[in-house]
Amino acid sequence: MNIHEFQAKELLATHGVKLPRGGIAYSPEQARYRASEIGGKAWVVKAQIHSGARGKAGGIILCRSEEEVERAADNLMGRRLVTQQTGPKGNLVNRLYIEETVPIERELYLGIVLDRKAERIKIMASASGGMEVEEIAEKEPDSLIQITVDPGAGMQKFQARELAFGLGLDGSVVSKATDTLLACYRVFRDFDATMLEINPLVISKGELVALDCKMSFDENALFRRPDISEMRDKSQEDPRETFASDRGLSYVGLDGEIGCIINGAGLAMATLDMIKLSGGEPANFLDIGGGASPERVAKSFRAVLQDSNVKVILVNIFAGINRCDWVAEGVVKAREEVGLDLPLIVRLSGTKVEEGKRILAEKAPDVIIADTLADAAEMAVAEWKKLGHSAAA
Amino acid sequence: MAILLTKETKVLVQGITGRIGSFHAEEMKAYGTQVVGGVTPGKGGTTHLGLPVFSTVKGAVAETGAEASIVFVPPPFAADSIMEAADSGIKTCVCITDGIPAQDMMRVKRYMRRYRAENRMMLMGPNCAGMITAGQAMMGIMPGSIYTPGRIGIVARSGTLSYEAASQLQARGIGVSTSIGIGGDPINGSSFRDLLELFEKDEETDAVVMIGEIGGPQEVDAARWAKEHFSKPLLAYIAGLSAPKGKRMGHAGAIVSGEGESAQEKVEIIRECGHHIIPHPSAFGETVANLLGETKQAA
Repeated sequence: MNIHEFQAKELLATHGVKLPRGGIAYSPEQARYRASEIGGKAWVVKAQIHSGARGKAGGIILCRSEEEVERAADNLMGRRLVTQQTGPKGNLVNRLYIEETVPIERELYLGIVLDRKAERIKIMASASGGMEVEEIAEKEPDSLIQITVDPGAGMQKFQARELAFGLGLDGSVVSKATDTLLACYRVFRDFDATMLEINPLVISKGELVALDCKMSFDENALFRRPDISEMRDKSQEDPRETFASDRGLSYVGLDGEIGCIINGAGLAMATLDMIKLSGGEPANFLDIGGGASPERVAKSFRAVLQDSNVKVILVNIFAGINRCDWVAEGVVKAREEVGLDLPLIVRLSGTKVEEGKRILAEKAPDVIIADTLADAAEMAVAEWKKLGHSAAA
Repeated sequence: MAILLTKETKVLVQGITGRIGSFHAEEMKAYGTQVVGGVTPGKGGTTHLGLPVFSTVKGAVAETGAEASIVFVPPPFAADSIMEAADSGIKTCVCITDGIPAQDMMRVKRYMRRYRAENRMMLMGPNCAGMITAGQAMMGIMPGSIYTPGRIGIVARSGTLSYEAASQLQARGIGVSTSIGIGGDPINGSSFRDLLELFEKDEETDAVVMIGEIGGPQEVDAARWAKEHFSKPLLAYIAGLSAPKGKRMGHAGAIVSGEGESAQEKVEIIRECGHHIIPHPSAFGETVANLLGETKQAA
């Protein structure tokens, strides 16, 4: 789960990380008021969307008067901002963060991630702030300093010092910088983050100050982080994905026209691959999970049909803890409820497969039954092509 | 004797009194697994499904001599249950639970390293389907009927894909020695490589099917290790060719976030290491059958 910059900064503040003064605005008038409240001679108006690279996309505007702040806010509010990370549709700007400017002596990079290879938290820092980390890794790999934290003992002070000296910080700054680096680690740990990036982290008046901050969180840990769950902003998500996740379904929206309902993440990924190999394009990834009731199957149909591009639906179930008869009942129920008239291909295998097939034959005789994964994908693509479509070259 | 699990293995069920734990304890017993008891804190001294229930894993081990355990404990408490098993002399542990926080798993992995290698527990999962030694015993949630006893090993991140593989093998009359799920989480217990090491030593396994997916370094690590150290044929399938970058595809670990983590890159490296590629998920049976045909001709 991702959050906005201003929210990430609130979390940094709880652990004492220094930040420029700033405030949220929902309208140009409010933006101007915030600027006068903060005081000073220059401000940055920052679009709050779940994406990096906002600056290059025009989402961060430096202003030298309150009028300029108001104009910048007017320009950004309600716009869909397209960055390198958002995809062509962009993300809606419905909040702005107005921030004072601070004198910058040096720009640094700080990143904290879950390192899957080491199975530990890894902290990366570089003296080349302002650049994307991928760019740093490519252009100045030697400038990237890395520290791995022992999960039993936590990050140690000496590790923070190693980072600070490695960044070439002055002796006078090191002590405060050490505290800041440890605080950033604790924010990551205490809120079950999976990623925390401060770029740039600047030296300003002898202290480290976080000018930007991006954070992502472990969805498996949200049960114990209600404050983080509260920060979710559905306006930044694909509406198809919001609909599904609000109903406890694991769904990822894609660009094709063949809707998919599958059990198991691995089988779901494999089924999408099979559709592609057969010359089609999947509209979505959807895992109905284990022990799915007929109601849950029916819900899955509604989630898939949120996407108006869907022209054909493929159901692929290999039941272990699922039951094919329940899935079949769910298919029947969904067709009645949503009045489904799209071609529907169903492949059932595993627990109670005969019962499942019988139910479909009796109650939904026009459903196309496939016996294997390959058949299912080929039949789905064939039905889709019959409708006059063909894979985009 | 296949790996890790036989009909002699004494198995505990942690979380046996829960709905899911109960259901699968019975399924495992029905398959032939020696389920010797269960653990639910606070319910020690009672009986459930005709089995003794204990409040602690140590108590259960002392009484039953169990050497393996399967965890059906809900996500907030599952990491604790795994560590309890590791500290109680359990040798093999399967964790079915899906949804354990990554930082909890980091602590579990660190905790397990407190023990000397010979006393260290082997963990499968979390978020996996468990394991089955065909015709002998099952410690997991798979449909037992799709596994014919035989000489092919399976190791997979995804449960449902391992079912797909096993049933395609069965349709061609090919059997399985042991099939093991390692789970779809970013930080998990045993890796592909850990299990290939066991399959290498197993005289009853002739070849291994490795079923991986996008995200993380484990498939590539295993392929590189196997190039030098694995003497049996290794056949690999990687799911997620059509997965977009940066999207979590169901499994918490199935996300392409760095270099070498996409399905295309993994397939390429595995092929360069000289292993067999299973080109698509309907080709498990065919690819293994072709390989066995070739080996027969060569013999």
